[in-house]
Amino acid sequence: MTAAILVSIFMTLAAAATPILLAALGELVTEKAGVLNLGVEGMMLCGAVAGFAVTYSTGSVPLGLLAATLAGVAAAMIFALLTLGLGSNQVATGLALTIFGIGASSLIGAGFVGRTITRLGPLFPADYAAHPWLRLVFGHDAIVYLSLALVLAVSLFLRRTKAGLILRAVGENADSAHAIGYRVLAIRTAATAFGGALAGLGGAYFSLALTPMWADRLTAGRGWIALALVVFAAWKPGRLLAGAYLFGAVATFELQAKAAGWSFIAPEVLAMTPYLATIVVLTMMSLGGRTGGRDAPACLGKPFPAS
Amino acid sequence: MLEWRRRREPSKTMLYLSPLIAIGLTMLTGMLVFGAIGFDGLRAVTAIFITPLIEPQRWADLGVKAAPLIMIALGLAIGFRANVWNIGAEGQYVMGAIAGTGVALLTHDMTGWWILPAMALAGILGGAAWAALPALLKVRLQVSEILTSLMLTYVAVQFLYYLVRGPWKDPDGFNFPQTKMFSGSQTLPAVAEGSLVHFGVPLAILLALIAWFVMSKTVAGYAVRVVGRAPAAARHGGFDASRVTWATLLAGGGLAGLAGLFEAAGPFGQLTPQFPVGYGFTAIIVAFLGRLSPPGIVFGALVLAVTYVGGEIAQSTVRLPSAATGMFQALLLFFLLATDVLVRYRLAWKARPARSAP
Repeated sequence: MTAAILVSIFMTLAAAATPILLAALGELVTEKAGVLNLGVEGMMLCGAVAGFAVTYSTGSVPLGLLAATLAGVAAAMIFALLTLGLGSNQVATGLALTIFGIGASSLIGAGFVGRTITRLGPLFPADYAAHPWLRLVFGHDAIVYLSLALVLAVSLFLRRTKAGLILRAVGENADSAHAIGYRVLAIRTAATAFGGALAGLGGAYFSLALTPMWADRLTAGRGWIALALVVFAAWKPGRLLAGAYLFGAVATFELQAKAAGWSFIAPEVLAMTPYLATIVVLTMMSLGGRTGGRDAPACLGKPFPAS
Repeated sequence: MLEWRRRREPSKTMLYLSPLIAIGLTMLTGMLVFGAIGFDGLRAVTAIFITPLIEPQRWADLGVKAAPLIMIALGLAIGFRANVWNIGAEGQYVMGAIAGTGVALLTHDMTGWWILPAMALAGILGGAAWAALPALLKVRLQVSEILTSLMLTYVAVQFLYYLVRGPWKDPDGFNFPQTKMFSGSQTLPAVAEGSLVHFGVPLAILLALIAWFVMSKTVAGYAVRVVGRAPAAARHGGFDASRVTWATLLAGGGLAGLAGLFEAAGPFGQLTPQFPVGYGFTAIIVAFLGRLSPPGIVFGALVLAVTYVGGEIAQSTVRLPSAATGMFQALLLFFLLATDVLVRYRLAWKARPARSAP
């Protein structure tokens, strides 16, 4: 295999990993504050459709990405209003958000089905990446670099800053954090908004970078895989990065096998692989003694004040 | 000024009133939103929520759409009561239909009264088997059933595509990706000559009665409720949470599987790629709207069936996109979750600050 092919495979892998990395990183911060938002898939779809609609009508990808981020935040704020404001069940509300995202994106996207846009291109000029190996470093689009920078930023934020410590305290023991005088609900709302922003951006990566064409439900369950990834990563940003790129490898294998026309595996069986791989990974995590319960923030999914 | 006051105990009245308030708010919001984006909002909402109820020729369709929702939601609600979050009912529904269709294809040249019951049994087993894996992983390894049951839904749908495009494709079907049509002995009979309403509809009501009896009058139902509400007390009382997890997931999977088989052997009469219509997800809304109680679920299923039938009417009368139905359904769940605050809190006039005692 030549270097060019290997590089091209890795480029596909990074592109497949990026939206899930973004969505999972946002959810990681949300969950660290003790909020379990199962609506990632719905927020991604809101971002995907908002990003596509804005880019299609303005011709600007950056504007589309901005709109997608805001749409993700808006969707997350519905969730925050219901769970944090009105004390509704987080699991039920997250499911409602996903059903809402599917409906809203399908409704808004109905007029865009099959339309295309110019997709998000590489950040650096082509001559930076003339050599195949240099493509590995300089050949990606801006969102890939942004996602990697965000992993570092979130990791440092959670471990090295006071604000990060407070956020973790709210997720580990909301009552104590409240007693010391921290505003639990405000911090949780902010963490939920951050999760929505990254989910929206991740969703837009599908419609603006991966497939520059609108199709119904184009995130195809990736939001749920992002949720599984947070468990896999034991709520650690570094492991999340590894997990997302591992997932990218599975998705790339699926694409490569389809492109190579392997007739001995049905395309439907290949399409099952990301979902089966997720179940296998979750199972292996537990077999290895790392049950989700031990690493999870202690107050994850619990309402505050307790009811 | 108004303020929220916590009730001493949850309000029974509000428990039953809040779904009605939610329905009202959904209609109002739908009217405003669809009016704002250029539709005749009032006509759209009337078509979706009222027309199916006042035109008797729609009632049969309402029953046919409500039946699978009732059956799936009954199973989900039993699980939700025990804090078991099976959200992959759509996959169990599809696997039930696949298992039942497997029996149908094996018995295609035969006749006999036993074929349909055998298909139904296969449907229950298929759905239960698909829920068994999340149950096993949850009980043995504490893997979240939310994620596994949902992942398996995508797997089930791909498996359906594989079967209807590959080994199960009807050789005389002009290369369409679909199975053979079921024979007369494999199709659910109608309750009356020429009616759309198949036997699954009265059976769904019967199952709701059985579920109501089990949940409210038996020790098993009590165990489910205790495990869900007070896990620590349940352990002291000798109720086994693992057994409850197994039982609720298998029951939920079996009911979803049976619903899938009824849909395949009823309205569809075969399997096609269009078979998964999302009843498994809509049933989650039904379960909550019905307050996780079987009689409520029958009501909730009827409301959601109205939105399906009404959505189709609104497509032809006010040209509302088909996706609008899903939006209305999601709005309904949002408003329900929001108005549930009224069960625990009440609005009251803020008392003037009490003068400090002398």
